[in-house]
Amino acid sequence: MVKRGQLVLGNKTYKDITEDICRPVETLPGKGWLGLFLSAKATLLFYIFVLAMIIGNGMGLMGVNHPVGWGTDIVTFVFWIGIGHAGTLISAILFLFRQKWRTSIARTAEAMTVFAVMTAGIFPLVHTGRPWFAYWLFPYPNQRGPLWVNFRSPLLWDVFAVSTYATVSMVFWYFGLIPDFATIRDRAKNKWRKHIYGALSLGWRGTSRNWNHYEMVYMLLAGLSTPLVLSVHTIVSFDFAVAQLPGWHTTIFPPYFVAGAIFSGFGMVVTLMSIVRATFPNFKDYITIDHMEAMNKIIMTTGLMVGYAYGSEFFIAWYSGNPFEQYAFVNRAFGPYWWSYWIMVTCNVIIPQVFWFRKFRRSIPLMFIVSIFVNIGMWFERFVITVTSLHRDFLPANWGMFNFTFYDIGVIVGSFGMFFTLFLLYLRVFPAISIAEVKPVLNVGKEDHHG
Amino acid sequence: MAKKGMVGIWADEHKLISAAEKTRQHGFRLFDAISPFPVHGLAAAVGVKRSWIPWVTFIMGITGTTVGWAFQYFVAAVDWPLIIGGKPYHSLPAFAPVMFELTILFGALSSVAACFIVCGLPKVNPPVIDPDLTCDKFALFVPEDDVGYDPEKIKTLFNDLGATEVRAAEF
Repeated sequence: MVKRGQLVLGNKTYKDITEDICRPVETLPGKGWLGLFLSAKATLLFYIFVLAMIIGNGMGLMGVNHPVGWGTDIVTFVFWIGIGHAGTLISAILFLFRQKWRTSIARTAEAMTVFAVMTAGIFPLVHTGRPWFAYWLFPYPNQRGPLWVNFRSPLLWDVFAVSTYATVSMVFWYFGLIPDFATIRDRAKNKWRKHIYGALSLGWRGTSRNWNHYEMVYMLLAGLSTPLVLSVHTIVSFDFAVAQLPGWHTTIFPPYFVAGAIFSGFGMVVTLMSIVRATFPNFKDYITIDHMEAMNKIIMTTGLMVGYAYGSEFFIAWYSGNPFEQYAFVNRAFGPYWWSYWIMVTCNVIIPQVFWFRKFRRSIPLMFIVSIFVNIGMWFERFVITVTSLHRDFLPANWGMFNFTFYDIGVIVGSFGMFFTLFLLYLRVFPAISIAEVKPVLNVGKEDHHG
Repeated sequence: MAKKGMVGIWADEHKLISAAEKTRQHGFRLFDAISPFPVHGLAAAVGVKRSWIPWVTFIMGITGTTVGWAFQYFVAAVDWPLIIGGKPYHSLPAFAPVMFELTILFGALSSVAACFIVCGLPKVNPPVIDPDLTCDKFALFVPEDDVGYDPEKIKTLFNDLGATEVRAAEF
């Protein structure tokens, strides 16, 4: 008989769960959190400086130029959007599959989604060069005709996909938080906390009639988010796949991008959960080694999927008999950007193979290191797709190289500052584990559980 | 809006379910259970029917699809027709992604809106019976306008059903 593992360790009562999860919200931060926060905040200030320089002086500060017209901004946009996907996978898809272990990590993973999408959203705006005209992306009646947006362009589909994704993810996240805000409100000894969380909880009281609708809507949101998350990275991949460029014009892109997105997102979830476990030791009973192991299994599986996609792309390039397609792929692996290709393969396909061994899947330091490599590898995957395809297309007269500048590095590093500042603040002001969802699974896997 | 009534408090969700069933068998209809988390089988015990919100999601989802299609048709084929990429004015396959996204957006937002409306959220400073009802306690509340409301009878009933506390309350 396969026995279920215990989801919550340490013989907790309902009261203990409330106490444990509310503690970070109700106490002052310790040195560990403060150190992380100050460094994240410093990086955020640096990011603001870099963005101000780019927006103030123009796109010339960044490396994009002929022939590589899509550079760091697009690469890093796809990177952050991809990160978000694991959060929705955990909160929506695993919910529909009735994977009860998801409950203790869903909240934080969903927060990661929201912050990653917010971080991602800045990049296309910067990339346009004139972010103050960003509203032109939306179809609104204007004085120019009205000249509408082009609904046949994948870039416009992306506007709709990403803004819908951001909206629905935030609503889903907030909807899940309502009962927990009510818990904090009812515990609050301090007047301000009572008012603020009272307002955030919208006056939730948890009657069975309310829970009945609430659970239904939660399931509906999960059911709507599932095709949504798959559509978002599919449409992001259309930005490339609909173009005629060798290396981009591939039917494998939608599933390949989705698998890669989930892969990179789980990499980031493991990174963040390791940090959460280190910063809040009492969360170790909720985010257990079993949870981390399950996520590492997903990292390995999706890593194999992207590995398969890398191989399949080469095979199809050869099998198509198209010399341009063949050249694009040989150039990726052995051309001037060979290093980025092999960083990608090493980080995404080779390194996650350590998770075949149970011992390594359950080692926090090791999984932290692997997850960092996954993050690096997935950034380089988008770099390989974007830059190596553009830098040598059909005509050798059009060939060139992409030159990184200080500002390219600046936006990459800086965007982590924005993401981590938001994430660390979240850990302090919102209940980082879903109180109302963990309580019902308290008894899963316990010996004396009946019914 | 707060109603007066009788409340019983339990420390265990399994006892709450059987208490809710018994209360229902005694003929009460407007009473409600309060719990810190959704308890399996509690809605059935209280006599709450399956939520009708999926109908809202379905209808509003279809509305989203239709709006997405109609707007793109208007823009691309009626208001300012332009040939782009050699495609027909009404290039339905290219319109599919935006139609899909609007389906999801309308469906999701209207479901949440429906839930807020039917649950009466947001409530400003609603009366709280016991702060632990969002932590580790469970309650049944019988409002005074319920069928056959009699505080003494309810008090005996709840005490017999194992309530740790029974008192008059406002909810």
